[in-house]
Amino acid sequence: MSDFFTFSDPNVRLVTVGTILLGMSAAIVGTFTFLRKRALVGDAIAHAILPGVCLSFIITGDKHPAYLLVGAVIAGWLSLLVMDYLSSRTKLSMDTAIGAVLSVFFGAGILLLTSIQHSGSANQAGLDQFLFGKAAAMTRQDIWVFSGVAVLLLGLVLAFFRSFKLISFDPAFAKSIGLPVRRLEFLLSTITVLAVATGIQAVGVVLMAALLITPAAAARFWTDRIQVMVLLAAAFGLLSGLFGSWISYTAPSMPTGPWIVVLLSLIAVVSVVVAPQRGIWARLRLQRGNARKIRQENILKAFYGIGEAADAPVATVTVEALRQQRPFEDRALQLGLRELVAKGLLHKHGASTYALTPTGLQESRRVVRLHRLWELYLTERMNYAADHVHNTAEAIEHVITPEVEAALLRELDHPILDPHDAVIPYQNPPKPSDS
Amino acid sequence: MKTAIETHNLTVAYNRRPVLWDIDFQVPEGQLIGVLGPNGSGKTTLLKSVMGLIQPSSGYVRLFGQSLEEVRSRISYVPQRESVDWNFPISVREVALMGRYRKDKLMGRLSREDHRLASEALEKVGMLPFADRQIAQLSGGQQQRVFVARALAQQADLYLMDEPFAGVDAASEEAILTLLQDMKQAGKTVLIVHHDLHTAHQFFDWMVLLNTRLIKCGPTASVFTAEHLKQAYGGQLTILSQVSDLVKARDFPIRERSFKDQPK
Repeated sequence: MSDFFTFSDPNVRLVTVGTILLGMSAAIVGTFTFLRKRALVGDAIAHAILPGVCLSFIITGDKHPAYLLVGAVIAGWLSLLVMDYLSSRTKLSMDTAIGAVLSVFFGAGILLLTSIQHSGSANQAGLDQFLFGKAAAMTRQDIWVFSGVAVLLLGLVLAFFRSFKLISFDPAFAKSIGLPVRRLEFLLSTITVLAVATGIQAVGVVLMAALLITPAAAARFWTDRIQVMVLLAAAFGLLSGLFGSWISYTAPSMPTGPWIVVLLSLIAVVSVVVAPQRGIWARLRLQRGNARKIRQENILKAFYGIGEAADAPVATVTVEALRQQRPFEDRALQLGLRELVAKGLLHKHGASTYALTPTGLQESRRVVRLHRLWELYLTERMNYAADHVHNTAEAIEHVITPEVEAALLRELDHPILDPHDAVIPYQNPPKPSDS
Repeated sequence: MKTAIETHNLTVAYNRRPVLWDIDFQVPEGQLIGVLGPNGSGKTTLLKSVMGLIQPSSGYVRLFGQSLEEVRSRISYVPQRESVDWNFPISVREVALMGRYRKDKLMGRLSREDHRLASEALEKVGMLPFADRQIAQLSGGQQQRVFVARALAQQADLYLMDEPFAGVDAASEEAILTLLQDMKQAGKTVLIVHHDLHTAHQFFDWMVLLNTRLIKCGPTASVFTAEHLKQAYGGQLTILSQVSDLVKARDFPIRERSFKDQPK
């Protein structure tokens, strides 16, 4: 490991820097591909590049990266034009056009590749690496050309960032203010084709879509800011390029490209799971929090109901009485009681007897108040029948925030009774002059 | 009164099917103008052709007596709210700032003045407190107000708004309506595509009543009559839509080649 990260070997240094640059430029350009919902188009372009590369080799007989790049860009552009034409001028939908272009171009590419390999040309060795990439086998010349293009792309995206943002978000508005939308789209598409054409050096035709889209998709989980998203995507591209190179350095039989893609996928999976708010874990926690709140509030309400019926708000209540008040699930009830004692809302008196603390009483009044306010709102404002509102209020009472409560009180003018003529409990028991 | 918008023989086809036939109308400056008509009557298409977003099959549009290109900086367009992806990762402020983009400055940063105007526009629609929110976190009405703020930031003279009241809460409707009155006081012209007949006659000074063809254009009192509404909403003209279908099915051109569009 240390051998690699000292970067003392100039060849390692060059290959690593090249791979990182390719990864970063693909990730940044790919952010716009992702935001314009053109991920599959990116995949099709990547596959469509293969026949271009093969043809330029057949014509020039040379593997100079500049020649191959020209062939790649022409083929990539041609595939874009064909997709646009098919989807706009025929009855074929875009997904059909993408599928057709991808397979036809790729098929043609494989055909050409096979015929080159059987032609006996001494120079052809290595061309098949376009399929899965050849990061570690890049020549010095390759790296200079492709890194140069990658840097150029980064510069273009930065320069036109604002305009690209607008045409990705609202192209009709962009056109309405006279922005040259077609030319900007042409520029962005060309940048994408170039990013794909250079990126396939690292990961190959087949895996290119991953290099283009995965960093952006992962980054989207972490942020709501396009600027941050682009930086994160670039960082993911950088990390995967760096560690992909390291793995294939320490284990020379390991291919760089597939490792880069595996690392990117790992980053994406981690993002999907642990990202704040959007991630699966955050959602699960939120749902568990909701379930806990519902559980506790329902128990408090049962206490309030028993106290209200007996006209003894903080009387000691047995678990059995709670069960009669409301059909609790046994485990949930026990758990909820323990939680409420821990929060200081309940006193535990005996083995299975509890009473509300003063805070607990306040809290139980709040829940019942929200329930009854909502019932009243449903009957008064939404013309529900009084016998149809309970079930809705059972659910909504847990949702209402203090702001909504204030709005309800204003709207209903601090009512005294709910639709079933039960008293709505206020924090400070109501004085008639209070409203 | 000077004319803000005029169209001549405006005919537009989608996939060859004509959706606007020979629309000729003029609306004056400084008014709130409603474009009304049933679903699929070509209201949005009319707006888009005025804004140059759709190439008409024939006919032309004049704005303040000039072509769109000559007066583009004085025109502002508010697309339908549903036309964009509100999950796009940008903030309210960034959307408002888009109103300050200029076609001759594609690169580089916006000026301090641009930022000030965008904030001012957000203030006017009551969205400044939400300036740093991501746009997905807004209600439908708030999103609509952000779109209106972007248009205000353009500091135009003529505003074309596509359904700004669709799916909007009462507070947002109120905010937009007040704003429209202010804009009118300031001498601006606002053309609004609107679908709700119940509110239309309160909102607008002028109306353009459409159903594929122009039914009537004029001051609200003269347009908003039972007879005109019946013409517009009483269904498509059967023969007209038959002909439209034929044009589409047989792939006919909507104008013959010898047809000359613009005068002079």
